[in-house]
Amino acid sequence: MSSDAQALHHESFVLNVGPQHPATHGVLRIKLTMDGEYIVDAEPVIGYGHRMHEKMGENRSYAKFLPNTGRLDYVAALFNGHGYVGAVERLAGLVVPERAEYIRVITCELNRIASHLLWVGAFLVDLGGFTPLLYCFDDREHILDLLESVTGSRLTFCYFRFGGVCNDVDDNFIAGARAFVTSMRSRMPLYDAFVSKNIIFRKRCEGIGILSAAECRKYGASGPVIRGSGVAYDVRKLEPYSVYPQLDFDVPVYTEGDCMARYRVRIAEIVESLRIVEQALDKLPAGPVMADKVPRALKPPKGDCYFNVESARGSFGVRAISDGSENAYRLKLRSPCFSNLSLFQECARGMLLTDALALLGSLDLVIPDIDR
Amino acid sequence: MESAMPVKDLKASFEAIAQRNAAGQPLLAETDHGAKGTNLDLTVPAERVGDAARILDRAEYMIEAITGVDWLADKQMEIVYDFVDPVSGERVTFRARAPRDKPELPSISAVFPGANWHERETHDFFGIVFAGHPGLIPLLLPEDATFHPLRKDFAP
Amino acid sequence: MTEGMLMNLVRLLLYLVGMIGFAAFNAAYLTLLERKQASWMQLRRGPTEVGPWGLLQPVADGVKLMSKQLLLPRDVDVPLFLLGPIMVVVPPILCLVTIPFSETVVARNYNLGLLMIFAFGAVSTFALMLAGLASANKFSSIAAARIVAQNIAYEIPLLVIVLSLVMTTHTFNLHTIVAQQAGGFWHWNLLKLGANPLMPVAFLIYFICLLAESNRAPFDMVEAESELVAGVFTEYSGMGFGLFFIAEYVNIVVGCCLATILFLGGWHCPFGLLPGLHWFLIKMYALCVMVVWVRWSFPRTQFYGLLNLSWKYLIPLALANLLLTAVMLKLF
Repeated sequence: MSSDAQALHHESFVLNVGPQHPATHGVLRIKLTMDGEYIVDAEPVIGYGHRMHEKMGENRSYAKFLPNTGRLDYVAALFNGHGYVGAVERLAGLVVPERAEYIRVITCELNRIASHLLWVGAFLVDLGGFTPLLYCFDDREHILDLLESVTGSRLTFCYFRFGGVCNDVDDNFIAGARAFVTSMRSRMPLYDAFVSKNIIFRKRCEGIGILSAAECRKYGASGPVIRGSGVAYDVRKLEPYSVYPQLDFDVPVYTEGDCMARYRVRIAEIVESLRIVEQALDKLPAGPVMADKVPRALKPPKGDCYFNVESARGSFGVRAISDGSENAYRLKLRSPCFSNLSLFQECARGMLLTDALALLGSLDLVIPDIDR
Repeated sequence: MESAMPVKDLKASFEAIAQRNAAGQPLLAETDHGAKGTNLDLTVPAERVGDAARILDRAEYMIEAITGVDWLADKQMEIVYDFVDPVSGERVTFRARAPRDKPELPSISAVFPGANWHERETHDFFGIVFAGHPGLIPLLLPEDATFHPLRKDFAP
Repeated sequence: MTEGMLMNLVRLLLYLVGMIGFAAFNAAYLTLLERKQASWMQLRRGPTEVGPWGLLQPVADGVKLMSKQLLLPRDVDVPLFLLGPIMVVVPPILCLVTIPFSETVVARNYNLGLLMIFAFGAVSTFALMLAGLASANKFSSIAAARIVAQNIAYEIPLLVIVLSLVMTTHTFNLHTIVAQQAGGFWHWNLLKLGANPLMPVAFLIYFICLLAESNRAPFDMVEAESELVAGVFTEYSGMGFGLFFIAEYVNIVVGCCLATILFLGGWHCPFGLLPGLHWFLIKMYALCVMVVWVRWSFPRTQFYGLLNLSWKYLIPLALANLLLTAVMLKLF
């Protein structure tokens, strides 16, 4: 159809989707050149929420930047914190106590489940179905309560510290997390019956918005997007960090590359995350949650290192460059959503408006993460 | 970890294009992923970034990020390219330097279309010009921005 | 003016006021039903603050909508823009005139009542398209184009199904159609398998077409809020916006009334006891609840999926149904 669309190019018109539009989940604007309902060109315009976090990283001390990390990808904020403290710890050569690493994994995986649940709900709203969102929020609420009890916040977490975490988990949290794992497992058949088997949902996702593995690679799309296209790239497995090597979990991969594959990857990841949480709770060792002797004014030696984590949306990386002072010399934040969105322009060409918006939803974008 | 093209096989092709130091040795080092976050770290002359990208494209690497660093004292701009093999998880980082007063180097967006946005962002922040880029207009900054906030001498 | 004419006029006015009142009341309280039902399905409680159990919520909504300014964007075609909501809301209210709610409660018993309802139904579509185009908004224009395609696609199976039904009833008079179904539920057209064994399928097709014709989810291409912002309604505010919703709910009521009359035996009791208005209302509101239930269970279809469903499945099925009815009629 795309050749037809180009033949009729002279009849095209520009449609501004966003910056305020129900389908863009934030201040993202997409300049669509349309031919009827077919998309001739789709140019994402970003930067409406740009706050220059990287500059803020340079003009304040390492510790003072910690709260900023919660404001990048606020749906899965713990991963940003993990990426940042990981990079600084690598730079400064800090060793994190094992208990702290386990707590990081438990809270991060809970955050991943919360993020995927929110995505399932929001994606269904993109497709015009409202009810699943409320069920997702119901389950997500339990996670937020749990995380609130240990981190003190519900969304923009600032929980990890250089050398550990700021607050130890208590028995209530552990019991609550175990209860959540059980209850969430019992809820999965409901999602399966209500969403995965819904005929209209399947018609709207199967074969829609197919992304090839090569496209993902050339654009740097990571996370569930590339795993839905048949590439098992998961930072937790391939570039192991924290205590992930000690935990047994699978990396769900689907080869179809369509919206349905990305949906299935995320649903399977919820199940895997539950496994990880359960194991980590079993293995949680006793001990301190902070490394000794972390100086208040951290001055990592001169150097340059990269640290990336598997966030809920893909590979979140931090390149930290130190000149030996209290502030970072350069702090590059590699956002997964930025790369995931960058392939939209090419892939949306020739698609119908409805399907393109389904593709956009399936990429799981958090706009402040793109804009930074 | 096994991959179709392990980093050590790529090393030879990179040695050919890497920048030489005063002693004629290529600026290239295999590093410990666990300590530095990358498996191979090398510096190439600014005009060879396209060649480096093509080597990685042939080896089916994935583009991770492009960014700049302003070395004010050295009067140089460093551009850092991060790539990862999505099958093995091995990483290659290559860097190039350009004079700070007129930083310009070739664009790799023809090889990796995903570089398009990363280069636009780097141009926004550092004013580094990527020759051959299809549209180096501000991405994250306002459309009429003429400043480059991550330059060390930037004053708002 | 003779006394008879005056009486007639007064009666007509009373009917009109009654119909408008019935339509407005239904529109208002169907929104409450919809919100309550949606909240039950979604683990929520719905409106609770205004009045006991949220019962005064529709009043509050109405007052709010009426107190809002009716904005006229710069580029709209003002006469058509203002005419749009009125033309959308009038036809479904007029349709109520010929609906027999019970043996006696019927405003005007037309011989061609069924035909009249479909004639007015077409005006509604036209008015929505007009409102979309007059808005001078790209999202509205896309929605207007979709409406035309959608309504053409779904009017055909709807009319074919009704036509095959009329072949068995031999009349367009709604009152007579109901009267024919007297007795227990096995006399209803839905189960009149002797005339046409595909009757339940015909009812299903009718129900799907009802959803599509009243632009309800999963076929709400008119609004499609996650794609087209608010579709045809994007530029409307205040009561202009409110009228579209009144029209939507009255359309549902008319569609469900018609389904009750055509398939479910109108005011007759399923067991032949105590026929009357209450049975009609029970059946009609049960169908309304089903319409709401479908909306909150399914995502929206793609636009081409919607057209495919009609052209590839519903229309052939409806035609087969028509053919079968004709054959059965000839044979028996």
